[in-house]
Amino acid sequence: MPESETEIAVADPNAPASDSPAVTTTRTVEVIVYLVLLGFALLLGYDNWRSGMGWAKDGPQSGYLPFYLCVLLAGASLFGLAVAFGQRTREATTFVTRDQLRRVMQVFVPTFLFCLLMQWLGLYVASLVLVAGFMRFVGRIAWWKSLLTSFLFALIMFVTFDVAFDVIMPKGPIEALFGR
Amino acid sequence: MEALNLLLHGFAVLLTWKIMMMMMIGLVLGIFVGVLPGLGGPNGVAILLPLTFTMDPTTAIVMLSCIYWGALFGGAITSILFNIPGEAWSVATTFDGYPMAQQGKAAEALTAAFTSSFIGSLVAVLLITFLAPRIASFALKFGPPEFFAVYLLTFCSFVGLGREAKHKTLISMVVGLLLAAVGMDTVSGQLRMTFGFDPLLRGVNFLVAVIGLFGISEILLTMEERLALRGHAAAISLRVVLKVWKEMPRYWVTLLRSSAIGCWLGITPGGAIAASFMGYNLAKRFSKDPGSFGKGRIEGVFAPETAAHASGTSALLPMLALGIPGSGTAAILLGGLMVWGLNPGPLLFVEHKDFVWGLIASMYLGNVVGLVLVLTTVPIFAAVLRVPFAAIAPMIVVSCAIGAFAIQNAMFDVWLMLLFGVVGYVFKKIGIPLAPFTLALVLGNRCEDAFRLSMIGAGGDLRVFWSNGLVGSITTLAFTLLFWPLIGRIFEGAGRLLRPVKT
Repeated sequence: MPESETEIAVADPNAPASDSPAVTTTRTVEVIVYLVLLGFALLLGYDNWRSGMGWAKDGPQSGYLPFYLCVLLAGASLFGLAVAFGQRTREATTFVTRDQLRRVMQVFVPTFLFCLLMQWLGLYVASLVLVAGFMRFVGRIAWWKSLLTSFLFALIMFVTFDVAFDVIMPKGPIEALFGR
Repeated sequence: MEALNLLLHGFAVLLTWKIMMMMMIGLVLGIFVGVLPGLGGPNGVAILLPLTFTMDPTTAIVMLSCIYWGALFGGAITSILFNIPGEAWSVATTFDGYPMAQQGKAAEALTAAFTSSFIGSLVAVLLITFLAPRIASFALKFGPPEFFAVYLLTFCSFVGLGREAKHKTLISMVVGLLLAAVGMDTVSGQLRMTFGFDPLLRGVNFLVAVIGLFGISEILLTMEERLALRGHAAAISLRVVLKVWKEMPRYWVTLLRSSAIGCWLGITPGGAIAASFMGYNLAKRFSKDPGSFGKGRIEGVFAPETAAHASGTSALLPMLALGIPGSGTAAILLGGLMVWGLNPGPLLFVEHKDFVWGLIASMYLGNVVGLVLVLTTVPIFAAVLRVPFAAIAPMIVVSCAIGAFAIQNAMFDVWLMLLFGVVGYVFKKIGIPLAPFTLALVLGNRCEDAFRLSMIGAGGDLRVFWSNGLVGSITTLAFTLLFWPLIGRIFEGAGRLLRPVKT
């Protein structure tokens, strides 16, 4: 079979190294998550207790089910805490290594900025900036390729959503110049 | 044979240029979604959902379900050629699929995977065609107590039968139910858990949460991994296809067994991943030569793929008949139904015949067209993987943002999506399952309504859930499943048979 001999290979030069030091262990994160959930349960539980968690003549009041859900959540979180503290003796598994965290932040921070930009520049311009910037700075792809791709992408999105499917997206000053 | 007539009617609904075109677009997008790293069935459907907001419901569901079929087909491509399972349920396909590709039999493996997926979903669709209308017409007699009992059964079976630690499943489900309750209380009109914050009045939108949990968090997770890949390019020739098809009838037992397992696990909530492993393990166990599995045996591709597709498809059965999704993707489709203004549940079969039968007919047609499409275009889609992830990731982010914004035209939802992205990332890494959350968020309100309506009807008497044979047995079954792990310990011996074979 000659055609299956051709290989597809994609390199990932800035891949996270496998020996990168750990930032936190899974157990630490678990404990934090359970504590947050516990706080969440207390907060919502209090709100539901305030709005009435009793049993009226015709059945439960509006806070009844959510209140007991909060009790369940608090219970499960406490149980989770107990389990997490119980496994102290075992070898801790890594939650995320430093390299991995760096890569995750490489996506998360631009995404956050994109959401911010979207409010002033509108979705299409913000997406142009995001795609081009990400390809250039994270992917290290040539400028012309990045710009061309992002422009085409933003254009296709605009035509698909705004023109063809009538889905209204936030727009900024640049779209206004073209009268859309 | 009323079902057949209605099915023919469904085909008649489908055969318009517009729907056929949307179907092709859906399939192509779906295969893309399945092939791309960091995207899979549920994410793809969730992200592409906003495309359908302005369509009529039938066109919309046909397109969305075709995205789903496409994603299922696409997942097999990367599993076999690159040893990268696009989805948890295609992990089992890599066991024998990748060795086959290494031996230069990639085309055979791909043909086997596509064909067996096709057979699996065909069996499941047949089941839906003939079983779903009956269940729906039976469920028409359900009152609020019965519906609450069915919801309870769904939730309890997730906790009792799920593979994750029980408290983690419980947390995921309870958080989902709580978030579903945020906003206006539908029975008394009181505000709950909004803390005077206006955007929360509408509540937490299900689709926004899903786009964050499955779209954004999946990109974060994908970035963590080494994205380099190496694999085989393959084209499928007609000769290979015919050769595999000629071999196929020999494995009819495996195909049938896997289809049955898939259908069963698909209907019970949370079983899609288990299905492919169980299909594989059982094929291995009953094989005359179990040692040859994992070394590139074609049966090892047939078994998990058939089961995975059968379960993926049959997960739509409870969604159509009862309004209860059997899988994450089915839950998203259910969310779609609500956006298009349909009320999921047994009444769908009475009030929206065009919609239901159009969807069922599209399952037949979509799978046939999908099979032909993947068999002919594999090289193109495999080449998609050459596109660097640095170009794909931001595009996925933009699509997610469009999806989240479009649902309610609210910027708040975009931020919520980002928050759910982080939550999904952390939850996945510490092993809190997301499927129960999804299910609870989409069913939460209706579940609470059912409970409170039955309480109002019964004057606050909890015994209403055991007031007749039907509701009583469903409620009892729910509690049995909830405590199944405890009960199961008693039947330890029977359980041992289903456990995975040590490899």
